[in-house]
Amino acid sequence: MMEKMIFGRYVPVDSIIHKLDPRAKLIFVFAFICIVFLANNAATYGIMALFTLVLILMSRIPVIFLINGLKPILFLIIFTFFLHVFFTTGGALLFHFSFIRIYEEGLRQGIFISLRFLLLIFVTSLLTLTTSPISITDGLESLLNPFKKIKLPVHELALMMSISLRFIPTLMDETDKIMKAQTARGVDFTSGPIKDRVKAVIPLLIPLFVSSFKRAEELATAMEARGYRGGEGRSKYRLLKWTGADSLTILYLALMASLLIIFRS
Amino acid sequence: MGRKLIQIQGVSFRYHGQDQFALDDISFDVMEGEWLAIVGHNGSGKSTLAKMLNGLHFPEKGQVSVSDTILSEQTIWEIRKQIGMVFQNPDNQFVGTTVQDDVAFGLENNGIPRDIMVKRVSDALDKVGMADFLDQEPHHLSGGQKQRVAIAGVLALQPQVIILDEATSMLDPRGREEVLSTIRELKKETNMTVISITHDLEEAAKADRIIVMNRGQVYKEGVPEEIFQLEEALTSLGLDIPFAIKMKRALQQKGIPIHDQYLTEEELVNALWISH
Repeated sequence: MMEKMIFGRYVPVDSIIHKLDPRAKLIFVFAFICIVFLANNAATYGIMALFTLVLILMSRIPVIFLINGLKPILFLIIFTFFLHVFFTTGGALLFHFSFIRIYEEGLRQGIFISLRFLLLIFVTSLLTLTTSPISITDGLESLLNPFKKIKLPVHELALMMSISLRFIPTLMDETDKIMKAQTARGVDFTSGPIKDRVKAVIPLLIPLFVSSFKRAEELATAMEARGYRGGEGRSKYRLLKWTGADSLTILYLALMASLLIIFRS
Repeated sequence: MGRKLIQIQGVSFRYHGQDQFALDDISFDVMEGEWLAIVGHNGSGKSTLAKMLNGLHFPEKGQVSVSDTILSEQTIWEIRKQIGMVFQNPDNQFVGTTVQDDVAFGLENNGIPRDIMVKRVSDALDKVGMADFLDQEPHHLSGGQKQRVAIAGVLALQPQVIILDEATSMLDPRGREEVLSTIRELKKETNMTVISITHDLEEAAKADRIIVMNRGQVYKEGVPEEIFQLEEALTSLGLDIPFAIKMKRALQQKGIPIHDQYLTEEELVNALWISH
Protein backbone atom coordinates (compact mmCIF):
# COMPACT_ATOMS: atom_id res chain seq x y z
CA MET A 1 0.00 0.00 0.00
CA MET A 2 2.63 2.51 1.11
CA GLU A 3 4.85 1.83 -1.90
CA LYS A 4 1.99 2.41 -4.31
CA MET A 5 0.84 5.70 -2.83
CA ILE A 6 2.11 8.67 -4.76
CA PHE A 7 0.88 11.41 -2.45
CA GLY A 8 3.77 13.43 -1.19
CA ARG A 9 6.29 11.21 -2.95
CA TYR A 10 9.11 12.80 -4.87
CA VAL A 11 10.40 11.16 -8.03
CA PRO A 12 13.79 12.52 -8.97
CA VAL A 13 13.87 12.47 -12.79
CA ASP A 14 15.65 15.01 -14.92
CA SER A 15 12.99 17.13 -16.60
CA ILE A 16 12.14 20.74 -17.35
CA ILE A 17 9.40 20.72 -14.74
CA HIS A 18 11.74 19.36 -12.08
CA LYS A 19 14.08 22.26 -12.63
CA LEU A 20 11.43 24.94 -12.25
CA ASP A 21 11.42 27.28 -9.31
CA PRO A 22 9.14 25.84 -6.60
CA ARG A 23 7.44 29.21 -6.28
CA ALA A 24 6.37 29.07 -9.92
CA LYS A 25 4.98 25.59 -9.40
CA LEU A 26 3.16 26.53 -6.21
CA ILE A 27 1.58 29.57 -7.84
CA PHE A 28 0.66 27.43 -10.82
CA VAL A 29 -1.07 24.81 -8.70
CA PHE A 30 -2.95 27.32 -6.55
CA ALA A 31 -4.13 29.21 -9.61
CA PHE A 32 -4.99 25.99 -11.42
CA ILE A 33 -7.24 24.93 -8.55
CA CYS A 34 -9.21 28.15 -8.98
CA ILE A 35 -9.21 28.09 -12.76
CA VAL A 36 -10.61 24.57 -12.89
CA PHE A 37 -13.96 25.99 -11.91
CA LEU A 38 -14.08 28.14 -15.04
CA ALA A 39 -14.60 25.11 -17.23
CA ASN A 40 -18.24 24.33 -17.89
CA ASN A 41 -18.55 22.73 -21.31
CA ALA A 42 -16.92 20.09 -23.48
CA ALA A 43 -14.58 22.53 -25.19
CA THR A 44 -13.21 24.03 -21.97
CA TYR A 45 -12.77 20.65 -20.33
CA GLY A 46 -11.01 19.49 -23.47
CA ILE A 47 -8.62 22.45 -23.34
CA MET A 48 -7.84 21.81 -19.71
CA ALA A 49 -7.25 18.11 -20.22
CA LEU A 50 -4.95 18.89 -23.12
CA PHE A 51 -2.91 21.41 -21.10
CA THR A 52 -2.60 18.96 -18.22
CA LEU A 53 -1.55 16.15 -20.53
CA VAL A 54 1.22 18.35 -21.94
CA LEU A 55 2.42 19.03 -18.39
CA ILE A 56 2.45 15.34 -17.51
CA LEU A 57 4.42 14.49 -20.63
CA MET A 58 6.88 17.29 -19.94
CA SER A 59 7.47 16.08 -16.39
CA ARG A 60 8.68 12.73 -17.80
CA ILE A 61 6.99 10.90 -14.93
CA PRO A 62 5.79 7.55 -16.34
CA VAL A 63 2.04 7.81 -16.99
CA ILE A 64 1.54 4.23 -15.81
CA PHE A 65 3.11 5.23 -12.51
CA LEU A 66 0.72 8.16 -12.13
CA ILE A 67 -2.32 6.03 -12.91
CA ASN A 68 -1.23 3.25 -10.58
CA GLY A 69 -0.79 5.78 -7.82
CA LEU A 70 -4.31 7.03 -8.37
CA LYS A 71 -5.89 3.64 -7.74
CA PRO A 72 -6.58 4.28 -4.04
CA ILE A 73 -8.71 7.34 -4.87
CA LEU A 74 -10.27 5.86 -7.98
CA PHE A 75 -13.07 4.70 -5.72
CA LEU A 76 -13.82 8.26 -4.70
CA ILE A 77 -13.92 9.42 -8.30
CA ILE A 78 -16.26 6.63 -9.36
CA PHE A 79 -18.44 7.27 -6.36
CA THR A 80 -18.91 10.97 -7.23
CA PHE A 81 -19.50 10.00 -10.83
CA PHE A 82 -22.41 7.74 -9.95
CA LEU A 83 -23.74 10.16 -7.41
CA HIS A 84 -24.14 12.73 -10.17
CA VAL A 85 -25.42 10.26 -12.71
CA PHE A 86 -28.20 9.05 -10.47
CA PHE A 87 -29.22 12.19 -8.69
CA THR A 88 -28.97 15.04 -11.19
CA THR A 89 -32.09 15.69 -13.17
CA GLY A 90 -32.53 17.74 -16.35
CA GLY A 91 -32.27 17.24 -20.08
CA ALA A 92 -33.64 14.23 -21.91
CA LEU A 93 -34.36 11.02 -20.08
CA LEU A 94 -31.82 8.50 -21.31
CA PHE A 95 -32.56 5.43 -19.29
CA HIS A 96 -35.44 4.31 -17.19
CA PHE A 97 -35.71 1.14 -15.12
CA SER A 98 -38.08 0.95 -12.16
CA PHE A 99 -36.85 3.69 -9.81
CA ILE A 100 -33.55 4.42 -11.59
CA ARG A 101 -33.71 7.34 -13.96
CA ILE A 102 -30.66 8.63 -15.77
CA TYR A 103 -30.88 12.01 -17.43
CA GLU A 104 -28.60 13.51 -20.06
CA GLU A 105 -27.66 16.35 -17.73
CA GLY A 106 -26.72 13.88 -14.99
CA LEU A 107 -24.40 11.94 -17.26
CA ARG A 108 -22.80 15.18 -18.45
CA GLN A 109 -22.33 16.44 -14.90
CA GLY A 110 -20.94 13.13 -13.76
CA ILE A 111 -18.32 13.06 -16.48
CA PHE A 112 -17.35 16.71 -15.98
CA ILE A 113 -17.07 16.53 -12.22
CA SER A 114 -14.99 13.39 -12.19
CA LEU A 115 -12.79 14.82 -14.94
CA ARG A 116 -12.34 17.96 -12.85
CA PHE A 117 -11.46 15.80 -9.90
CA LEU A 118 -8.98 13.80 -11.95
CA LEU A 119 -7.27 16.88 -13.39
CA LEU A 120 -6.94 18.46 -9.97
CA ILE A 121 -5.35 15.34 -8.59
CA PHE A 122 -3.01 15.02 -11.56
CA VAL A 123 -1.78 18.58 -11.25
CA THR A 124 -1.39 18.56 -7.48
CA SER A 125 0.45 15.23 -7.47
CA LEU A 126 2.61 16.55 -10.27
CA LEU A 127 3.72 19.26 -7.84
CA THR A 128 4.83 16.82 -5.16
CA LEU A 129 6.23 14.34 -7.65
CA THR A 130 8.49 16.88 -9.31
CA THR A 131 9.47 19.00 -6.30
CA SER A 132 11.48 17.77 -3.34
CA PRO A 133 9.83 18.47 0.02
CA ILE A 134 12.58 20.85 1.00
CA SER A 135 12.05 22.92 -2.15
CA ILE A 136 8.33 23.08 -1.46
CA THR A 137 9.15 24.35 2.02
CA ASP A 138 11.54 26.94 0.62
CA GLY A 139 9.00 28.04 -1.95
CA LEU A 140 6.24 28.37 0.63
CA GLU A 141 8.50 30.32 2.96
CA SER A 142 9.42 32.71 0.20
CA LEU A 143 5.80 33.11 -0.98
CA LEU A 144 4.57 33.70 2.55
CA ASN A 145 7.25 36.29 3.26
CA PRO A 146 4.92 39.28 2.67
CA PHE A 147 2.76 37.97 5.52
CA LYS A 148 5.58 38.69 7.96
CA LYS A 149 4.14 42.20 8.06
CA ILE A 150 1.03 40.89 9.79
CA LYS A 151 3.22 39.03 12.30
CA LEU A 152 2.93 35.60 10.73
CA PRO A 153 5.98 33.63 11.98
CA VAL A 154 7.03 32.56 8.49
CA HIS A 155 10.53 31.34 9.34
CA GLU A 156 9.27 29.27 12.27
CA LEU A 157 6.53 27.70 10.15
CA ALA A 158 9.01 26.80 7.44
CA LEU A 159 11.47 25.35 9.95
CA MET A 160 8.75 23.28 11.57
CA MET A 161 7.69 22.01 8.19
CA SER A 162 11.17 21.01 7.12
CA ILE A 163 11.91 19.30 10.44
CA SER A 164 8.62 17.40 10.25
CA LEU A 165 9.41 16.29 6.73
CA ARG A 166 12.87 15.16 7.76
CA PHE A 167 11.53 13.12 10.68
CA ILE A 168 8.70 11.35 8.85
CA PRO A 169 10.85 8.40 7.67
CA THR A 170 12.65 8.23 11.03
CA LEU A 171 9.37 8.05 12.92
CA MET A 172 7.96 5.53 10.43
CA ASP A 173 10.95 3.28 11.11
CA GLU A 174 10.46 3.70 14.81
CA THR A 175 6.73 2.93 14.64
CA ASP A 176 7.57 -0.22 12.76
CA LYS A 177 10.17 -1.20 15.35
CA ILE A 178 7.88 -0.58 18.32
CA MET A 179 5.08 -2.46 16.60
CA LYS A 180 7.30 -5.47 16.06
CA ALA A 181 8.63 -5.30 19.60
CA GLN A 182 5.11 -5.20 21.00
CA THR A 183 3.97 -7.99 18.69
CA ALA A 184 6.88 -10.06 20.00
CA ARG A 185 5.52 -9.49 23.49
CA GLY A 186 2.07 -10.66 22.52
CA VAL A 187 0.18 -7.52 21.44
CA ASP A 188 -2.17 -8.32 18.58
CA PHE A 189 -2.60 -5.37 16.21
CA THR A 190 -4.38 -7.07 13.35
CA SER A 191 -7.32 -9.06 14.64
CA GLY A 192 -10.12 -9.00 17.16
CA PRO A 193 -13.05 -6.62 17.60
CA ILE A 194 -12.61 -2.86 17.09
CA LYS A 195 -12.50 -2.17 20.81
CA ASP A 196 -9.55 -4.51 21.34
CA ARG A 197 -7.71 -3.15 18.34
CA VAL A 198 -8.02 0.41 19.57
CA LYS A 199 -6.70 -0.73 22.93
CA ALA A 200 -3.78 -2.45 21.23
CA VAL A 201 -2.69 0.88 19.77
CA ILE A 202 -1.92 2.29 23.21
CA PRO A 203 1.34 0.33 23.71
CA LEU A 204 2.36 1.66 20.31
CA LEU A 205 1.35 5.28 20.74
CA ILE A 206 2.70 5.99 24.19
CA PRO A 207 6.29 4.88 23.52
CA LEU A 208 6.14 6.75 20.23
CA PHE A 209 5.06 9.96 21.97
CA VAL A 210 7.63 9.63 24.72
CA SER A 211 10.44 9.04 22.28
CA SER A 212 9.30 11.98 20.15
CA PHE A 213 9.59 14.22 23.18
CA LYS A 214 13.07 12.89 23.81
CA ARG A 215 14.02 13.39 20.19
CA ALA A 216 12.66 16.93 20.24
CA GLU A 217 14.73 17.76 23.28
CA GLU A 218 17.93 16.32 21.86
CA LEU A 219 17.34 18.03 18.54
CA ALA A 220 16.77 21.36 20.26
CA THR A 221 20.01 20.94 22.22
CA ALA A 222 21.93 20.06 19.07
CA MET A 223 20.44 23.03 17.22
CA GLU A 224 21.34 25.39 20.01
CA ALA A 225 24.86 24.01 20.21
CA ARG A 226 25.20 24.80 16.53
CA GLY A 227 24.31 28.42 17.09
CA TYR A 228 20.60 28.46 16.25
CA ARG A 229 18.89 31.47 17.81
CA GLY A 230 15.80 32.02 15.70
CA GLY A 231 15.19 33.50 12.30
CA GLU A 232 17.01 36.80 12.88
CA GLY A 233 20.37 37.23 11.18
CA ARG A 234 20.34 33.92 9.36
CA SER A 235 21.60 33.51 5.86
CA LYS A 236 20.15 30.95 3.51
CA TYR A 237 21.99 28.07 1.88
CA ARG A 238 19.27 27.28 -0.60
CA LEU A 239 18.83 29.82 -3.31
CA LEU A 240 15.62 30.19 -5.27
CA LYS A 241 16.17 31.50 -8.74
CA TRP A 242 13.37 32.73 -10.94
CA THR A 243 14.30 32.05 -14.57
CA GLY A 244 12.69 32.56 -17.95
CA ALA A 245 11.21 29.08 -17.77
CA ASP A 246 9.35 30.06 -14.61
CA SER A 247 7.83 33.08 -16.28
CA LEU A 248 6.85 30.85 -19.19
CA THR A 249 5.03 28.58 -16.75
CA ILE A 250 2.95 31.48 -15.54
CA LEU A 251 2.35 32.50 -19.16
CA TYR A 252 1.22 28.97 -19.93
CA LEU A 253 -1.27 29.26 -17.12
CA ALA A 254 -2.49 32.64 -18.32
CA LEU A 255 -2.94 31.26 -21.83
CA MET A 256 -5.00 28.39 -20.49
CA ALA A 257 -7.09 30.71 -18.35
CA SER A 258 -7.85 33.07 -21.26
CA LEU A 259 -8.76 30.16 -23.55
CA LEU A 260 -11.12 28.89 -20.87
CA ILE A 261 -12.74 32.29 -20.50
CA ILE A 262 -13.20 32.58 -24.27
CA PHE A 263 -14.74 29.16 -24.75
CA ARG A 264 -16.82 28.80 -21.63
CA SER A 265 -20.54 29.02 -22.21
CA MET B 1 51.18 21.68 23.99
CA GLY B 2 50.27 25.31 23.60
CA ARG B 3 48.47 27.66 25.89
CA LYS B 4 45.49 27.00 28.08
CA LEU B 5 42.39 27.11 25.92
CA ILE B 6 39.63 26.24 28.32
CA GLN B 7 39.82 26.87 32.04
CA ILE B 8 37.35 25.39 34.45
CA GLN B 9 37.58 26.72 37.97
CA GLY B 10 35.63 25.30 40.89
CA VAL B 11 32.54 24.56 38.85
CA SER B 12 29.49 23.13 40.60
CA PHE B 13 26.14 22.44 39.04
CA ARG B 14 22.93 20.70 39.91
CA TYR B 15 19.86 20.07 37.84
CA HIS B 16 16.73 21.98 38.66
CA GLY B 17 14.90 20.52 41.61
CA GLN B 18 17.67 18.14 42.66
CA ASP B 19 19.67 18.22 45.86
CA GLN B 20 22.63 16.29 44.65
CA PHE B 21 25.28 18.06 42.64
CA ALA B 22 25.77 16.68 39.13
CA LEU B 23 29.13 18.44 39.12
CA ASP B 24 30.87 19.13 42.38
CA ASP B 25 33.75 21.62 42.52
CA ILE B 26 35.51 20.66 39.31
CA SER B 27 38.68 22.36 38.13
CA PHE B 28 40.91 21.56 35.20
CA ASP B 29 42.38 23.13 32.08
CA VAL B 30 42.31 22.08 28.48
CA MET B 31 45.44 22.87 26.47
CA GLU B 32 45.42 24.00 22.90
CA GLY B 33 45.81 21.14 20.42
CA GLU B 34 45.47 18.27 22.87
CA TRP B 35 43.19 15.26 22.77
CA LEU B 36 41.54 15.05 26.14
CA ALA B 37 39.39 12.10 27.10
CA ILE B 38 36.86 12.40 29.90
CA VAL B 39 35.78 8.99 31.13
CA GLY B 40 33.39 7.86 33.79
CA HIS B 41 30.43 5.56 34.36
CA ASN B 42 26.86 6.54 33.54
CA GLY B 43 25.74 9.42 35.71
CA SER B 44 29.24 10.50 36.69
CA GLY B 45 28.56 13.96 35.27
CA LYS B 46 30.60 13.79 32.10
CA SER B 47 27.80 14.78 29.72
CA THR B 48 26.74 17.58 32.04
CA LEU B 49 30.32 18.79 31.93
CA ALA B 50 30.27 18.77 28.14
CA LYS B 51 27.09 20.82 28.05
CA MET B 52 28.62 23.24 30.52
CA LEU B 53 31.54 23.92 28.18
CA ASN B 54 29.14 24.94 25.47
CA GLY B 55 26.88 27.09 27.60
CA LEU B 56 23.95 24.70 27.42
CA HIS B 57 24.12 24.74 31.21
CA PHE B 58 25.50 27.51 33.37
CA PRO B 59 27.54 26.75 36.50
CA GLU B 60 25.99 27.38 39.88
CA LYS B 61 29.38 28.14 41.36
CA GLY B 62 32.75 28.72 39.73
CA GLN B 63 33.45 29.81 36.19
CA VAL B 64 34.25 28.47 32.76
CA SER B 65 36.36 30.47 30.35
CA VAL B 66 37.25 29.76 26.76
CA SER B 67 40.31 31.56 25.36
CA ASP B 68 40.06 34.08 28.20
CA THR B 69 36.39 34.86 27.61
CA ILE B 70 34.27 34.02 30.63
CA LEU B 71 31.14 32.08 29.81
CA SER B 72 28.01 34.13 30.45
CA GLU B 73 24.67 34.92 28.83
CA GLN B 74 26.37 37.67 26.82
CA THR B 75 29.35 35.73 25.53
CA ILE B 76 27.59 32.42 24.95
CA TRP B 77 27.17 32.78 21.17
CA GLU B 78 30.79 33.84 20.72
CA ILE B 79 31.88 30.79 22.68
CA ARG B 80 29.60 28.45 20.78
CA LYS B 81 31.31 29.55 17.59
CA GLN B 82 34.61 28.28 18.99
CA ILE B 83 33.30 25.01 20.33
CA GLY B 84 31.66 22.44 18.10
CA MET B 85 29.77 19.55 19.60
CA VAL B 86 28.86 16.14 18.26
CA PHE B 87 26.19 14.35 20.26
CA GLN B 88 25.40 10.73 20.91
CA ASN B 89 22.35 9.97 18.80
CA PRO B 90 23.08 10.32 15.08
CA ASP B 91 19.37 10.60 14.24
CA ASN B 92 18.39 13.26 16.72
CA GLN B 93 21.00 15.82 15.80
CA PHE B 94 20.42 15.76 12.07
CA VAL B 95 18.52 18.98 11.41
CA GLY B 96 18.63 19.28 7.63
CA THR B 97 16.54 17.36 5.15
CA THR B 98 19.62 16.45 3.15
CA VAL B 99 23.31 16.08 3.95
CA GLN B 100 24.30 19.46 2.54
CA ASP B 101 21.47 21.27 4.30
CA ASP B 102 22.53 19.76 7.58
CA VAL B 103 26.15 20.85 7.16
CA ALA B 104 25.00 24.32 6.14
CA PHE B 105 22.68 24.68 9.14
CA GLY B 106 25.34 25.98 11.54
CA LEU B 107 26.66 28.36 8.90
CA GLU B 108 23.19 29.73 8.20
CA ASN B 109 22.75 30.40 11.90
CA ASN B 110 25.87 32.52 11.90
CA GLY B 111 24.78 34.49 8.88
CA ILE B 112 27.69 33.40 6.66
CA PRO B 113 27.18 34.67 3.08
CA ARG B 114 26.02 32.03 0.62
CA ASP B 115 29.05 31.85 -1.68
CA ILE B 116 31.39 31.20 1.27
CA MET B 117 28.88 28.73 2.66
CA VAL B 118 28.83 26.62 -0.49
CA LYS B 119 32.59 26.30 -0.46
CA ARG B 120 32.78 25.50 3.24
CA VAL B 121 30.06 22.86 2.97
CA SER B 122 31.82 21.04 0.16
CA ASP B 123 35.21 21.33 1.87
CA ALA B 124 33.88 19.98 5.15
CA LEU B 125 32.13 17.05 3.48
CA ASP B 126 35.28 16.36 1.51
CA LYS B 127 37.31 16.16 4.71
CA VAL B 128 35.04 13.56 6.30
CA GLY B 129 34.80 11.58 3.06
CA MET B 130 31.10 12.23 2.44
CA ALA B 131 31.42 14.41 -0.66
CA ASP B 132 29.42 11.99 -2.79
CA PHE B 133 26.39 12.17 -0.52
CA LEU B 134 25.44 15.84 -0.94
CA ASP B 135 21.76 15.27 -1.71
CA GLN B 136 21.23 12.12 0.32
CA GLU B 137 18.51 12.09 2.94
CA PRO B 138 19.36 11.06 6.50
CA HIS B 139 17.30 7.87 6.50
CA HIS B 140 19.40 6.51 3.64
CA LEU B 141 22.62 6.87 5.64
CA SER B 142 24.19 4.52 8.17
CA GLY B 143 24.81 5.60 11.75
CA GLY B 144 28.52 6.15 11.11
CA GLN B 145 27.79 8.21 8.02
CA LYS B 146 25.35 10.39 9.93
CA GLN B 147 27.95 11.01 12.61
CA ARG B 148 30.47 11.95 9.94
CA VAL B 149 27.97 14.45 8.54
CA ALA B 150 27.52 15.82 12.07
CA ILE B 151 31.31 16.23 12.29
CA ALA B 152 31.31 17.98 8.91
CA GLY B 153 28.63 20.33 10.24
CA VAL B 154 30.92 21.20 13.12
CA LEU B 155 34.03 21.51 10.92
CA ALA B 156 32.31 23.89 8.54
CA LEU B 157 32.10 26.33 11.44
CA GLN B 158 35.87 26.05 11.88
CA PRO B 159 35.84 25.78 15.65
CA GLN B 160 38.94 25.60 17.81
CA VAL B 161 37.57 22.82 19.94
CA ILE B 162 35.47 19.84 19.02
CA ILE B 163 33.63 18.01 21.79
CA LEU B 164 32.51 14.46 21.15
CA ASP B 165 29.78 13.74 23.66
CA GLU B 166 29.72 9.93 23.46
CA ALA B 167 29.60 10.43 19.72
CA THR B 168 30.52 6.83 18.98
CA SER B 169 28.52 5.04 21.64
CA MET B 170 25.60 4.16 19.36
CA LEU B 171 27.76 2.96 16.48
CA ASP B 172 28.96 -0.52 15.62
CA PRO B 173 32.71 -1.21 15.89
CA ARG B 174 33.33 -0.37 12.25
CA GLY B 175 31.37 2.89 12.38
CA ARG B 176 33.20 3.81 15.56
CA GLU B 177 36.61 3.19 14.01
CA GLU B 178 35.57 5.19 10.92
CA VAL B 179 34.48 8.19 12.94
CA LEU B 180 37.50 8.13 15.25
CA SER B 181 40.04 7.82 12.48
CA THR B 182 38.33 10.67 10.63
CA ILE B 183 38.73 12.84 13.69
CA ARG B 184 42.31 11.73 14.28
CA GLU B 185 43.24 12.75 10.75
CA LEU B 186 41.42 16.05 11.01
CA LYS B 187 43.14 16.79 14.25
CA LYS B 188 46.52 16.16 12.66
CA GLU B 189 45.67 18.48 9.75
CA THR B 190 44.20 21.40 11.62
CA ASN B 191 45.64 21.12 15.13
CA MET B 192 42.18 21.18 16.64
CA THR B 193 41.60 20.52 20.29
CA VAL B 194 39.49 17.42 20.85
CA ILE B 195 37.58 16.65 24.02
CA SER B 196 36.11 13.21 23.81
CA ILE B 197 33.63 12.06 26.40
CA THR B 198 33.29 8.35 26.52
CA HIS B 199 33.06 5.29 28.68
CA ASP B 200 35.11 3.29 26.25
CA LEU B 201 38.63 3.12 27.65
CA GLU B 202 39.99 1.67 24.40
CA GLU B 203 39.05 4.97 22.82
CA ALA B 204 40.45 6.94 25.74
CA ALA B 205 43.75 5.00 25.56
CA LYS B 206 44.64 6.92 22.41
CA ALA B 207 44.13 10.32 24.01
CA ASP B 208 46.93 12.61 25.21
CA ARG B 209 45.38 12.97 28.62
CA ILE B 210 42.54 11.33 30.53
CA ILE B 211 40.28 12.72 33.22
CA VAL B 212 38.38 10.11 35.20
CA MET B 213 35.10 11.33 36.65
CA ASN B 214 33.28 9.79 39.56
CA ARG B 215 30.06 11.05 41.13
CA GLY B 216 30.44 14.54 39.76
CA GLN B 217 34.05 14.92 40.83
CA VAL B 218 37.40 14.55 39.15
CA TYR B 219 38.69 11.22 40.44
CA LYS B 220 42.02 11.21 38.66
CA GLU B 221 43.77 13.13 35.93
CA GLY B 222 46.77 11.98 33.96
CA VAL B 223 48.28 10.49 30.80
CA PRO B 224 46.87 7.08 29.76
CA GLU B 225 49.90 5.23 31.23
CA GLU B 226 49.22 6.72 34.64
CA ILE B 227 45.49 6.13 34.51
CA PHE B 228 45.78 2.50 33.52
CA GLN B 229 48.07 1.82 36.47
CA LEU B 230 44.89 2.11 38.51
CA GLU B 231 43.51 -1.12 37.06
CA GLU B 232 41.31 -2.44 39.88
CA ALA B 233 40.26 1.02 40.96
CA LEU B 234 38.96 1.63 37.44
CA THR B 235 36.99 -1.59 37.47
CA SER B 236 35.44 -0.65 40.78
CA LEU B 237 34.34 2.66 39.24
CA GLY B 238 32.39 0.66 36.69
CA LEU B 239 34.81 1.15 33.82
CA ASP B 240 36.07 -1.56 31.55
CA ILE B 241 39.85 -1.68 31.22
CA PRO B 242 41.49 -2.09 27.80
CA PHE B 243 42.16 -5.51 26.31
CA ALA B 244 45.96 -5.22 26.53
CA ILE B 245 45.79 -4.74 30.28
CA LYS B 246 43.37 -7.61 30.82
CA MET B 247 45.63 -9.80 28.71
CA LYS B 248 48.71 -8.79 30.67
CA ARG B 249 47.00 -9.60 33.91
CA ALA B 250 45.79 -12.98 32.67
CA LEU B 251 49.35 -13.79 31.55
CA GLN B 252 50.79 -12.73 34.91
CA GLN B 253 48.33 -15.01 36.67
CA LYS B 254 49.60 -17.89 34.54
CA GLY B 255 53.07 -17.07 35.79
CA ILE B 256 54.43 -15.45 32.66
CA PRO B 257 56.69 -12.59 33.76
CA ILE B 258 55.81 -9.29 32.11
CA HIS B 259 56.90 -6.10 33.78
CA ASP B 260 54.13 -4.22 35.45
CA GLN B 261 53.73 -0.95 33.59
CA TYR B 262 51.05 0.02 31.13
CA LEU B 263 51.50 -1.46 27.67
CA THR B 264 49.65 -0.82 24.45
CA GLU B 265 48.65 -3.83 22.39
CA GLU B 266 51.70 -3.38 20.18
CA GLU B 267 54.07 -3.12 23.13
CA LEU B 268 52.52 -6.22 24.63
CA VAL B 269 53.11 -8.16 21.40
CA ASN B 270 56.73 -6.98 21.37
CA ALA B 271 57.23 -7.88 25.02
CA LEU B 272 55.85 -11.34 24.35
CA TRP B 273 57.88 -12.21 21.29
CA ILE B 274 61.21 -11.16 22.80
CA SER B 275 60.49 -12.87 26.11
CA HIS B 276 61.78 -16.23 24.77
